[in-house]
Amino acid sequence: MSVTLHVNPIACVGHGVCAELLPEVVELDRWGYPILVSAAIPRPLLNHARRAVQACPTLALLIEKKAGKHR
Amino acid sequence: MTATRPMPVTGPMPVTGPMPVTGPMPVTGPMPVTGPMPVTGPSAVMPAATRAPRRLPRLLAGIGTGGLEEHERRHGPLPGRGRRPERLIDIVEAAGLTGRGGAGFPAGRKMRSVAAGPGRKAVVANGAEGEPASRKDRLLLNRLPHLVLDGITLAAQAVGADEAYLCVHGREGALLDRLDHVMAERQAAGLDPVPIQVAGLPGRYVSSEQSSIVQYLNGGPAKPTFAPPRPHERGVNGKPTLVHNVETLAHLALIARRGARWFRGAGLPSAPGSMLVTVSGAVIRPGVYEIEMGMTAGEVIRLAGGPAEPLRALLIGGYFGAWLPAETAWPVPMTHAGLRAAGGALGAGIVIAWPAAACPIAGTARVVRYLAEESAGQCGPCVFGLPALADALDSLAFSGGRDGDIGEIAALIPLVERRGACRHPDGATQLVRSLLTAFPADVRWHQRQGACDSVRHPPLLPLPGDDERDGDWA
Repeated sequence: MSVTLHVNPIACVGHGVCAELLPEVVELDRWGYPILVSAAIPRPLLNHARRAVQACPTLALLIEKKAGKHR
Repeated sequence: MTATRPMPVTGPMPVTGPMPVTGPMPVTGPMPVTGPMPVTGPSAVMPAATRAPRRLPRLLAGIGTGGLEEHERRHGPLPGRGRRPERLIDIVEAAGLTGRGGAGFPAGRKMRSVAAGPGRKAVVANGAEGEPASRKDRLLLNRLPHLVLDGITLAAQAVGADEAYLCVHGREGALLDRLDHVMAERQAAGLDPVPIQVAGLPGRYVSSEQSSIVQYLNGGPAKPTFAPPRPHERGVNGKPTLVHNVETLAHLALIARRGARWFRGAGLPSAPGSMLVTVSGAVIRPGVYEIEMGMTAGEVIRLAGGPAEPLRALLIGGYFGAWLPAETAWPVPMTHAGLRAAGGALGAGIVIAWPAAACPIAGTARVVRYLAEESAGQCGPCVFGLPALADALDSLAFSGGRDGDIGEIAALIPLVERRGACRHPDGATQLVRSLLTAFPADVRWHQRQGACDSVRHPPLLPLPGDDERDGDWA
């Protein structure tokens, strides 16, 4: 199973909370919108990623678990 | 210095400079083309497909007043009696028809995935034609509406739909009136068992994107939505929805009558059939032409009467397409794979012949400004990135001499690309990338010396006027 992170760019208004909570994966561009350095989340960062998803004020950060047969 | 200077235009025509070419073939004057087929000259680059006897026109064969009687006389009645409707999906797959709206996705596979979804389905015919340089969908809807409507009905029956929509540009009042009349004609003849509704979309570039159409038909603004769900999963009224371009549906109406083998009798094995192209710019006879898939871009220019003046480049695929220098473009086959391999994009078959006397940087700057204005305003990288890209291009094109512009453009492209909910920002960056690749000498000249003389050429790339653009998205 792999866990990936995605941004819904319509919902995102650039609060930047994700970059505060998950600087290993999320950088902000010059306008304050997140750039994911890598969509795949390494295991040790999983809890931090979940916290960033929950903390997003517009629920624009999405976590997706991909099992073998998903979709 | 002179060697790197693009087009030192002193008179109306360029004298020297990088690549003021007329194409690898010495075609400068009007060609004596009278029929709908190109003159099959001694060209060595022409693929076998175009050397054969006349197989075209197909779609445009019935072009006339667009009446039902004329349509049925030419093509026969709506086919499919005595055949299970879903059988058409197999036939379309065997024919190898791909979407003619720009993406080129296999039409049969799309139908199959919609048909496999739960419950009743919906069908949307996309005739909104957001690309300013495209005219083919308007031509079909105005002159061959019954072919498109046959396609809608056949597709609706094949996927198991209980509602269908024909979407056109809402500012085309005359077309909407005409379609009312056409629908009445078909209703009287009892042709469409699945009800078809005509809808006028807001006149915005991204309104013809398929998720925009679905959101609009569901009562929302005609703006792209975040996927998933995609329309084939959950679309109009929550139903699995088939969205096909109107040309795709017109081909489907012919395939249903004549079969997969017939369809494959034109074009290439890997890209069968014919397609409509809209040719404009510096050609003798701009217009919509039907070509076999795989005809070379140079042959398309010849079909449109040849260059009206020396050409430098072709812009193929519209404003989501790419610039190709004329000598690169000339032998490229008009297929998705062929254009991709050449660093371009086929898109919806738009070919713009760019004269040597006009500055492509200025042309691109105007288009990118337009694309920035046409953002739906939903995604930050598009909202901020496209205007910044337009500013940098404006500066390079018209002020110039600032070393920073190129760096700024190069920095902005990755900040914009693939960061929106739809492909609008990606289309803009593809166009800009291709400008930098196709005209490196011009770019260097502008960066060092400022605007070249040919920026004064009147704008060539069509942009809708303010009266054709809606401020409102609903």
